[in-house]
Amino acid sequence: MEVQLLVTCLADQLAPEVGEATVDLLERLGHRVRFPEAQTCCGQPAFNDGFSAEAAALAARTVEIFSAPAPVVVPSGSCATMIRHFYPGLLERGPHGPAARALAARTFELSEFLVRVLGRTDVGAGWSGRVTYHDSCHLLRELGVRDEPRRLLAGVAGVELVEMAYPEHCCGFGGAFAVKFPEVSSAILDPKVESIIATGADAVVANDTGCLLQLAGGLRRRGSTIRTLHLAEILASQASR
Amino acid sequence: MAAIATRDFRARAAAAAGDTALHRKLDAASLRFLDKRARVFAALPDADARRDRARAVKAHAIATLDTLLPELERRFTANGGIVHWARDGAAACAIVLDIAARAGVRLVVKGKSMVSEEIGLNACLEAAGIEAVETDLGEYIVQLAGEPPSHIITPAIHLSQDDVAALFTARLGEPLHSTAEALTAAARRLLRAKFRAAGMGVTGVNFASAESGTLVVVENEGNGRMALTLPRVHVALMGIEKLVARDEDFAPMLELLPRSATGQTLTSYVSLVTGPRRNDEIDGPEAVHLVLLDNGRTRLLADPIMREALYCLRCGACLNACPVYRRIGGHAYGYAYSGPIGAVIAPALLGIERVPDLPFASTLCGACRDVCPVRIDIPRLLLAWRARIAAAVPRAWGERLLVRGWRWIAWSPRLYRALTPIVRAGSALVARIPALARLAPPLAAWRRGRELPRAAPRSFHERWRDRRHGTDPDAP
Ligand code: SF4
Repeated sequence: MEVQLLVTCLADQLAPEVGEATVDLLERLGHRVRFPEAQTCCGQPAFNDGFSAEAAALAARTVEIFSAPAPVVVPSGSCATMIRHFYPGLLERGPHGPAARALAARTFELSEFLVRVLGRTDVGAGWSGRVTYHDSCHLLRELGVRDEPRRLLAGVAGVELVEMAYPEHCCGFGGAFAVKFPEVSSAILDPKVESIIATGADAVVANDTGCLLQLAGGLRRRGSTIRTLHLAEILASQASR
Repeated sequence: MAAIATRDFRARAAAAAGDTALHRKLDAASLRFLDKRARVFAALPDADARRDRARAVKAHAIATLDTLLPELERRFTANGGIVHWARDGAAACAIVLDIAARAGVRLVVKGKSMVSEEIGLNACLEAAGIEAVETDLGEYIVQLAGEPPSHIITPAIHLSQDDVAALFTARLGEPLHSTAEALTAAARRLLRAKFRAAGMGVTGVNFASAESGTLVVVENEGNGRMALTLPRVHVALMGIEKLVARDEDFAPMLELLPRSATGQTLTSYVSLVTGPRRNDEIDGPEAVHLVLLDNGRTRLLADPIMREALYCLRCGACLNACPVYRRIGGHAYGYAYSGPIGAVIAPALLGIERVPDLPFASTLCGACRDVCPVRIDIPRLLLAWRARIAAAVPRAWGERLLVRGWRWIAWSPRLYRALTPIVRAGSALVARIPALARLAPPLAAWRRGRELPRAAPRSFHERWRDRRHGTDPDAP
């Protein structure tokens, strides 16, 4: 099948390996990946900050860029939520309304796409080590994706999954919140980092670059060597196969 | 009026975020309630359907408030009670003062009431020379400490047992290092005397039925029951949104409120108030007054998006579930209602000019909506407030520049891609000379508690082109 990749601006600039891993994985599963090169940012930062007009402009742009009929795969629960839940309302009154609804219907977060659309939980990956999974808030509570990433991790040869305390508790990132309320954001991060460290995991896995930057920032500040990995990176890996 | 300090939120939140002792206390209580809540909900058959039903009950009541409220007044009056309408907090306080003056009351015992906190009743009573004593243990503690409650359900959540012992020693002469039992006994002794001497009991109302004019008061300590039966006069304070249409609507509410609040299947006391003492009854107050408070609630009612905030049962579950609340506590919010629901109703009750920050102080994680017994979509309401505040309250120029600038950069794929090397160079520079982060406020803010991420040597856009043009060094 042909799929379109929306890589997200955060991953593009700060974690391109997430995009590469997503492409590698999808290609390995026999799909053709298109990457519309006009893509930039989905508009979520403006939207979450209350700048509806600016958000609507970027949303309209994204709807145009992803006008091809192929499903859109996003390695981020947050950006997938933006398109799925907020684009239709944001663009409802303009000329992009119908296209926004159609895009919302064919946009999927990566783990959701793999398990719910493709029906795959074993993607032939191998990665040896102990990992713990952090539930990204939008993925869990807006898209209702809890088991899919865990089932995919369970399907990776060599991975031992250990649950941290309160994996569903927020990491404190929240986009602009992280810098608007830096003390609060960091204070929320503290118990999360502690519970990650307490698992004795080699890596913490999440499905959102935003959360991963926050987690990495906190882990490194404490001198921890626990790696932060996007689920796509583990699933693309074939290290121990 | 209660001191409202919603404008000081940023400074208060930042200070509380550094108070690790506070965090331990908040976690101890919030997580315990949250865990208990999860267990009792897991054990409740059809919990989701019951939540839907509770929401429907509230939705119906709020949608028909205009006919239900007069109905409540008729029924309550027919039962022998007296109904008062208060447009705002000052009017409500004046009504209570007037009732107290007419009845010659010098001492008031109070059951737990968030409306009383909202309108600053204690200060009004004291200004009029009337002693007001909180009788809920948590409320009593914060009153002794001279503080407002920091949680809707657990007013003294920010104080440890040691803090309370120190407070009782300083204020009541209790020996230091007292056990929780000894402290409770000391409070009980003191409060008994107050109950006996009080001329008036003031309580809140959890639910009221328009059908029969019955008020429901739930609590765990029996102090509410005593406040509404022992003194000559009972004054019940109620926000107009506490109404349900029928008596049978109490059941779905009582099923969910204690479970959501404290993880109890039912509170120790559920009092149904159906009017003053009747001729054939041996106890109960001579007069029962019901003060119906608006204080901005009709603004919520008239607002089709925000209206669902009126479904709130004040169970406090959203506070316990909120990662922000658990790090800063209730005092940081500067208002009687804190946490997620506080951030939603404060802008409506106080006006957005006075509440410019609260709706932004959320990661939009959605944990509040997950635990809300009536499924109030708090993240959506916060987003709606953000849009309204952004449109009405001028933002710092730096923030406007950032958002508007990003809109134009991200609008143009060329500009966006041209930005990549600049981001990269800036990131490399800051990595080499960390002090430079101070020149960019967002970077400096990030670095407070976290290491900065590094921009990648090649963006994904660039790598994609490499791949396509066969210059991918990893390509076979
Ligand atoms: S908003 Fe919901 S969870 Fe929060 S206090 Fe009200 S009823 Fe409880």
